[in-house]
Amino acid sequence: MKVPYSWLAEWVDVPWEARELGSRLTMAGFELDALELAAPEFVQVVVAEILCAERHPQADKLQVCRVSIGQGEPLQIVCGASTARAGLKTALATVGAKLPGGLEIKAAKLRGVESFGMLCSAKELGLAETSAGILELAADAPVGGPIREYLELDEPILELNITANRGDAMSIIGIAREVAALAGTKVTGPAPVEFVAGHPDEIFVSLDAPAACPKFVGCVIRGVNNRATTPLRIRERLRRAGVRSISPVVDVTNYVMLELGQPMHAYDLGKLRGEIRVRLAHAGEPITLLDGKTIEAAPDVLLITDNEGPVGLAGIMGGQRTAVSLETTDVFLEVAYFPPAAIMGRARRWGLLTDAAQRFERGVDPTQQERAMERAIALLRPIAGGSPGPVTVTQSQDHLPKRAAVPLRRAQLERLLGLALDADRVRNTLEALQMRVVPTALGWEATPPAYRFDVTIEADLIEEVARIVGFDAIPEQDALVPQRFRAAPEAVPLEHTVLEALAMRGYQEAITFAFVAPALQMRLFPDVPGIALSNPIASDLSVMRVSLWPGLLRAAQENQRRQQDRIRLFEHGARFVVEDGATREIDTLSGVACGPRLPEQWGVPRETRTPADFYDVKSDLEALFVGTGARDSFTFEPASLSCLHPGRAARVLRQGREVGFIGELHPSLVRELDFTYSPVLFELNLGEWSSVADRRDFAAALSVEKPQHREISRFPQVRRDIAVVVDESVPLSALADRVVFTASTLLQNLRVFDVYRGPGVETGRKSIALGLIFQDISRTLTDDDVERLMASIVADLRVSLNAKIRE
Amino acid sequence: MQDLTSLIQQALAEVAVCGDLASLDEARVRWLGKKGALTEQLKSLGALPGPERPAAGQRINEAKERVNAAIDARRADLERAEVERKLAAGRIDVTLPGRGEERGGLHPVTKARLRIEMLFRRAGFDVASGPEIEDDFHNFEALNIPPDHPARAMHDTFYFPDGRLLRTHTSPVQIRALLEQGAPIAIIAPGRVYRVDYDMTHSPMFHQLEGLVVDENISFGNMKAALHGFLKAFFERDLQMRLRPSYFPFTEPSAEVDMSCVFCGGKGCRTCKQTGWLEIAGCGMVHPNVLKASGIDPERYTGYAFGAGIDRLAMLRYGVNDLRLFFENDLRFLQQFRTF
Repeated sequence: MKVPYSWLAEWVDVPWEARELGSRLTMAGFELDALELAAPEFVQVVVAEILCAERHPQADKLQVCRVSIGQGEPLQIVCGASTARAGLKTALATVGAKLPGGLEIKAAKLRGVESFGMLCSAKELGLAETSAGILELAADAPVGGPIREYLELDEPILELNITANRGDAMSIIGIAREVAALAGTKVTGPAPVEFVAGHPDEIFVSLDAPAACPKFVGCVIRGVNNRATTPLRIRERLRRAGVRSISPVVDVTNYVMLELGQPMHAYDLGKLRGEIRVRLAHAGEPITLLDGKTIEAAPDVLLITDNEGPVGLAGIMGGQRTAVSLETTDVFLEVAYFPPAAIMGRARRWGLLTDAAQRFERGVDPTQQERAMERAIALLRPIAGGSPGPVTVTQSQDHLPKRAAVPLRRAQLERLLGLALDADRVRNTLEALQMRVVPTALGWEATPPAYRFDVTIEADLIEEVARIVGFDAIPEQDALVPQRFRAAPEAVPLEHTVLEALAMRGYQEAITFAFVAPALQMRLFPDVPGIALSNPIASDLSVMRVSLWPGLLRAAQENQRRQQDRIRLFEHGARFVVEDGATREIDTLSGVACGPRLPEQWGVPRETRTPADFYDVKSDLEALFVGTGARDSFTFEPASLSCLHPGRAARVLRQGREVGFIGELHPSLVRELDFTYSPVLFELNLGEWSSVADRRDFAAALSVEKPQHREISRFPQVRRDIAVVVDESVPLSALADRVVFTASTLLQNLRVFDVYRGPGVETGRKSIALGLIFQDISRTLTDDDVERLMASIVADLRVSLNAKIRE
Repeated sequence: MQDLTSLIQQALAEVAVCGDLASLDEARVRWLGKKGALTEQLKSLGALPGPERPAAGQRINEAKERVNAAIDARRADLERAEVERKLAAGRIDVTLPGRGEERGGLHPVTKARLRIEMLFRRAGFDVASGPEIEDDFHNFEALNIPPDHPARAMHDTFYFPDGRLLRTHTSPVQIRALLEQGAPIAIIAPGRVYRVDYDMTHSPMFHQLEGLVVDENISFGNMKAALHGFLKAFFERDLQMRLRPSYFPFTEPSAEVDMSCVFCGGKGCRTCKQTGWLEIAGCGMVHPNVLKASGIDPERYTGYAFGAGIDRLAMLRYGVNDLRLFFENDLRFLQQFRTF
């Protein structure tokens, strides 16, 4: 909210200059967002009087004026505004003036006539977005005086951030009340102007929904000249508070709203039919609003209606049918109270966050409607004339809010703040906030004023005390923390150790959005339904990811576009899948590798410049699996995922349970997504969110088996290498299983050191070279032992896998 | 008997010119071997008269030792030269880069988060987590934000057709933690949160840090101490902190947390918009309604809660000037944070 300093000063003694006031208010909960002057910088612009204005001899649209600035000879000024006329007081930028936007005024010849300055419009002085003609000042403006002084353009304007609980502070009077409480002064304000009704006309108002509208104050004003010009002073106030001047009637209602926080509405009496009825809408009931939009109301929406139907969306916006225009002469003014519950949320349905709606949904003082009406009439009559009728108040006392006394215990105040306060200090503080305070055995009871909707419980009072006393006054105090040793299962790896493990293998962690492009996700996972957002921010960020791959692939693509030829990315985060109607949030660790196996470097074999493939990435996974202490519990089996290369994809199992996937992106996707190198992807399920306790998410795929020491054999190892020729269809795992089975505990290690296809091996077969390392824990193995073992391994492989031993 | 002196001179001269170990060995055999020239001299002792033999034998042995010593010295020289030659030949360019894989790294937001978790764990907090797809109850209702509450306007919420939503803050973890664990409790809950907002300074997904401490006598003063302590530890700086009254439906009293600008030290600069202060978190004493909704007796327990932007903390810590950089995943950006 914008608060012009002078307006505030009209309502309360402000003992601080603007910046200090801003920081006081900031520290009381009204944050100063900006502090600006009423007009942008300009110099050498003075009040001038046009003595005469004549048609320019060479140009129809220009006038040559003689202008007085009070001293010296009148100046000759050429002016383009048709409104320049003798007797008008206006603003003159003299030679040497600098205007907002950088324009410098020099003596110039315009179509042959010399001009010694420029008459300025409000726009040229930064006082309006648009303006027709030059500035028109009041007849008593002091000729020759600086315009900045005369219009008080160096007035500071405080832009304050009013929190949603403080509807009462969305007004000059509201801020004045805060200043008074902080400064220990009183709110004053302009004296009320009494008036006598000039005619007896009233409009009958019935409150059909008294809970939603318990109070309606109305007044008929006849004979208004809405074509009158609102005085510059009021227009300036409105402008400085951020509201555009429209017509006297509308300007006055806005002025009162800004000043008292009480929204008002003016109807064109000539267009109103019959009586006013305030009622809830029928389902789908249409109303065309001031802005020309037609909306359909719902039964929880309050309408102001006349005999012909809706004339206003109560507390939000008036209707078009009865809108005030420049021709309007008779008006009906509405000043009502709508409780927050009747307005909250309604305006947002149609994007109508009007000043009125914002105030009503936060809470408007239910006692000030009469005062607002009087203020409006007092302001309107000098501007536009008019004769007010009686002010009629229609209300349902039972439905008006009543403020209850709220108890405040001294002990609770001290306990919650960690601050002991003098009893008088507490009482004075609450009283400064216009609360009625009564001492009790345990402390006090405070009744907040009608306009405070936010003070209903003890904690609210504690906040009020703390806010005014100042949070700075509360000393920092360390809490006593008991020594509690929490469970820290070693089975759950520390997150950073896992992330670091991937980082040490060359991967860079990425963070991608959890919503992805549905097209890409559908292309990758046609069978896995993603949950779509109702209100996505963009169509390519509209469905929750079922895998981290769409995001990582996009990140990889973008990096390729940025000329990165070697990309290793991983991400740790949730993915979202629906199973049996339930959403599962699965903590996931995924990665993508594309581009050369190793960074470009010297002195390494050529193969390392070839693109990373399945086995390179599998090795990265195996590094993680070693970290679980149970590498052997992981197995890989061929899998078919439509987004992966059908022959280069595997399901990762741990003790037979699926924990993830690894594979090369399907060649057709590689082409579609325009990858230079085929990306290899992996995804591991780390667990599912089930409880706030711990980060159990790391338990599943990567849970750790606590290492247990085993005796190391002191006897020598024996190594035997064999090349086993088997059918292509026989996976290494089958071969290894047989060898392990036959060799039993004597086999310490089995290494694959070559896989060969080609001359010497029949088509459809492959030769796998194994290095077998034997060792016994209790004795030295003899040649005989090993030969026997080898013989039985070979014999078994022949039988079980139709293997041949390659010599 | 030949003149020993000249033999010695001759032998030493030969040894001195031996250029390698092989020729030196030949010289040794030639002079000191079984048939070597000096060894032969001993055989001629028999021809001498008895009384002269001991003295002559001693002279010959001395001559042998002298030559032997010269050979040893020469061998040591040659060996040293050989080693040096090998070393010289094996010299490498130590400025060539090392071979193998390069280190990757963690995302700066993760780095900041892990650092935050470490600091809070050391102060006795547990780390908690909650789901990112939330329901209205946990995200709003239980936090004292009923439907149509104006505060909802600040949370531009992503919704699903069934009424569920993407959590707009990490505060629902407060509710879940209290319902699950009760009081006393001291947790932080870092995590991803979502709001319908995308521009220079807003990302539709970002990271928040929630904190919650509930015990029998937790005060506003305790909250101040914890937040100030954390900020000083995180930024490794003796910075100033101030709390400004504010409004959150789920705390009362509520405050915004400002810290003195880490760039200008409070003097005023572009980052702090000349105010000297940076808004870094929101906090407050847990609202009694929230405690009640979580099954905690607000008469017995009090507590504080706070929420801060992890991304913002990371930006300030690492000097990142555009939030969006965090989610573009540009390797050239990410690689700047490959530190431990």
